[in-house]
Amino acid sequence: MASAPQIVIVGGGLAGLMAAIKASEAGAEVKLFSSVPCKRSHSVCAQGGINAAVNTKGEGDSPEIHFDDTIYGGDFLARQELPRRMAHAGPGIVYLLDRMGVRFSRTPEGLLDFRRFGGTKHHRTAFAGATTGQQLIYALDEQVRRWEAGGHVVRYENWEFLSAVLDGSGACRGIVAMPLSTLRPEAFRADAVILATGGPGLIFGRSTNSMNCTGSAAGSVHRQGAIYANPEFIQVHPTAVPGEDKDRLISESVRGEGGRVWVPKDGKPWYFLEEKFPKYGNLVPRDIATREIFRVVHELGLGVDGKAQVYLDVSHLDASTTRRKLGGVLEIYEKFMGADPTKVPMKVFPSVHYSMGGLWVDDADEATNIPGLYASGEANFQYHGANRLGANSLLSCIFGGMVCGPAAVKYARGLAKGAAALDSSVFDAARAREEEENRKVLARDGPENLYGLHEELGESMRKHCTVVRYNRGLEEAEAKVADLQARLPRARVPDRSDVGNQSLVFARQMENMLVIARAICRGARLRDESRGAHYKPDFPERDDVNFLKTTMARHSPDGPRIDYDPVECTWVKPRPRKYD
Amino acid sequence: MSDRTVVLRIKRQERPGSAPYWQEFEVPLQPAMNVIAALQAARKLARTRDGKTVDPVTWESNCLEEVCGACTMIVNGKVRQACSALVEHLPQPVTLEPMTKFPVVRDLCVDRSSMFENLKKVKAWIPIDGTYDIGPGPRMGDDEAQEGYILSRCMSCGCCVEVCPQVNDRSDFMGPAVMSQVVLFNSHPTGRLNRHERLDAVMGPGGIQDCGKAQNCVRACPKEIPLTESLVRLARESTLHALRDLLRK
Ligand SMILES: Cc1cc2nc3c(=O)[nH]c(=O)nc-3n(C[C@H](O)[C@H](O)[C@H](O)COP(=O)(O)OP(=O)(O)OC[C@H]3O[C@@H](n4cnc5c(N)ncnc54)[C@H](O)[C@@H]3O)c2cc1C
Ligand code: SF4
Ligand code: SF4
Repeated sequence: MASAPQIVIVGGGLAGLMAAIKASEAGAEVKLFSSVPCKRSHSVCAQGGINAAVNTKGEGDSPEIHFDDTIYGGDFLARQELPRRMAHAGPGIVYLLDRMGVRFSRTPEGLLDFRRFGGTKHHRTAFAGATTGQQLIYALDEQVRRWEAGGHVVRYENWEFLSAVLDGSGACRGIVAMPLSTLRPEAFRADAVILATGGPGLIFGRSTNSMNCTGSAAGSVHRQGAIYANPEFIQVHPTAVPGEDKDRLISESVRGEGGRVWVPKDGKPWYFLEEKFPKYGNLVPRDIATREIFRVVHELGLGVDGKAQVYLDVSHLDASTTRRKLGGVLEIYEKFMGADPTKVPMKVFPSVHYSMGGLWVDDADEATNIPGLYASGEANFQYHGANRLGANSLLSCIFGGMVCGPAAVKYARGLAKGAAALDSSVFDAARAREEEENRKVLARDGPENLYGLHEELGESMRKHCTVVRYNRGLEEAEAKVADLQARLPRARVPDRSDVGNQSLVFARQMENMLVIARAICRGARLRDESRGAHYKPDFPERDDVNFLKTTMARHSPDGPRIDYDPVECTWVKPRPRKYD
Repeated sequence: MSDRTVVLRIKRQERPGSAPYWQEFEVPLQPAMNVIAALQAARKLARTRDGKTVDPVTWESNCLEEVCGACTMIVNGKVRQACSALVEHLPQPVTLEPMTKFPVVRDLCVDRSSMFENLKKVKAWIPIDGTYDIGPGPRMGDDEAQEGYILSRCMSCGCCVEVCPQVNDRSDFMGPAVMSQVVLFNSHPTGRLNRHERLDAVMGPGGIQDCGKAQNCVRACPKEIPLTESLVRLARESTLHALRDLLRK
């Protein structure tokens, strides 16, 4: 193929931006789509930092230890090839970001500083103030802007991905997307397509995720035949501030600095974590803290004010010291709750935070099972197994972009016939299908409220598919999703406008969200064990004999079809995961 | 919860260029409710205060933690992020209007792509050789890193542009945010190497000489970016740059 490879990238978070840079560098012409300006992608929310075993503190840290921590933290469900490469690439990635101008915090000697994070004994986390994700995304966005100014990247910001264009052989040859202003679908040719569209937090109604973390793009290609793997592995963070619009994360560092978790019991504070875990106290690992809070609230009915919330208290600490150490974190609480945490205890509750599951991709290139379609970042299932370690996601997103960007270009160069040479009929038909779908959705009529259905979905998913899971509840949850699928066509799209019609977009997203929701329910129902974030009181142990396997979900009109793919633990062998 | 309500008075506009109009919505007040949650409630209702069924209001938002900059609008006359605007702290009715310095797409949603175009014009990036693994960047003291960090928190929200009197129909002024980004990149050890290119860009039309030093911008910035300091620094740097050019001739 003589002309430059044509690559479409959907998603302008860390993974998509890094893929765009790498693909441009490899000589491709890139079209970059995002439903928000890239700079406003969800990656901005990350506060904590990014892991890299640089070992500047003389602790004997190394990429191999980082790799081991990652696999152990993920309860051995992660496939090991990519995480191993990621751990080894870590230091180089942080240095690259440093060269791009990220203002990381420094040591007195002027070197990069590293802090400690959960799941490791080493200072391994580089950070830029309290907004590391924001700083990283800006650096990559700036580099992409440079490629854009050079004419190698064209941005389509405020465009919504609708579906992949598949040719007669089932290979991906482009995408259909629509601008959020006019909502007129258009087809784009591509030799290879990368989806870097982030996680599906919105399926749970409220989560710590941003508003466009719908998982819709992944759901759409899943419906077109892409395998979705380990859907049941959803990380729930123990301390977030519940809100009407979303839940806001309160960092673990608050407990690190002496914050205590309690509820009133018999008129007195009950420090239930400290009582049950005298050794670790409030600093037990995330999944354990989360489960315990759930038990106290839902089983013992002791939530503060009779609601699903517990106190996270720093009011007993010296106010000025607390402010100095935790300023940025406390500000979020103050700004959004209008109360001063140094005076009154914060009210927090666990919240859906991250999806370890995602589109299935191979162990070499992040290629999905659809030829020419790649998936990167939180949108794929690799790296984190059954539970993600803090500060490993920013790394896996950037590393993923470095893997799939060049891989997609290589695939494009190897094609016998590029997308540009294809007959236009396949693209016209794909566009026409989406136009027709928009028309159909707009013509819906009936008594259901679109946004009400979303609330019902979130409530049911939060109740049955998060921290504590029972088979009966999971079956109920899947039945609920099926019911919502049946009712969605009777939900009128409340907006009639042909400009900026966000209700139409949301109706289209809901359809895809429901498909992923169903895979989450089914995957959880069938996995009769407890591993990482997936916990069933009726099956409290990890079961490596039956379930050291990747869940592979395929879509069918009457629900997901699940089978399993064994995980080979090539380097790190399974061992019990303990915290004492 | 309670029978208290919030009244939203919203300036709406059907499409680019069409005439704006006002509508009022009334939704139940929730504890710690922000303007976004109120908008979401109104969207679900899709009914005005006087009982008319209408198309829901369109607005932009994403992170809802005041770090993405998407939900910027004019709340009770002040430009700010709607996510961090708590309803209980606002006099009612709460009026919401789109920003005025950017073209309206629909309702509260505006097109701020000019902000990103301007970043392109001034080459707001570090010109690295490539993404190969060639070791760490230049060494830097933590003080210097922190100074840069403060400037690099700019989320391109446009608050400063909205309040700047020099950004108007009769001027091409690129606005304070992009000027401050030039200072950021010119202060980086590697970015310094091509500072002249950026200075050339801000000495052209729409550049630094258009700033009237009204200082509205610094008061409007939600990230407390010291914009006036940046503007002064940039003005000085570009004067020196111009002098040098003159001497060279
Ligand atoms: C509050 C919070 C704090 C966190 N802190 C940390 C931390 O400290 N360290 C860490 O390592 N991880 C952290 N994480 C996790 C991490 O931030 C995310 O997993 C990561 O940023 C995801 O990046 P991404 O590139 O995969 O996707 P995103 O950043 O989510 O970007 C997705 C992109 O896809 C686009 N998109 C989505 N759907 C569509 C569509 N249908 N059409 C077109 N475009 C679409 C979006 O516009 C966006 O550009 C945190 C997460 C949260 C919620
Ligand atoms: S100081 Fe300059 S940039 Fe800031 S508001 Fe005034 S004129 Fe605008
Ligand atoms: S400088 Fe401040 S007000 Fe201006 S765009 Fe940046 S963050 Fe917004």
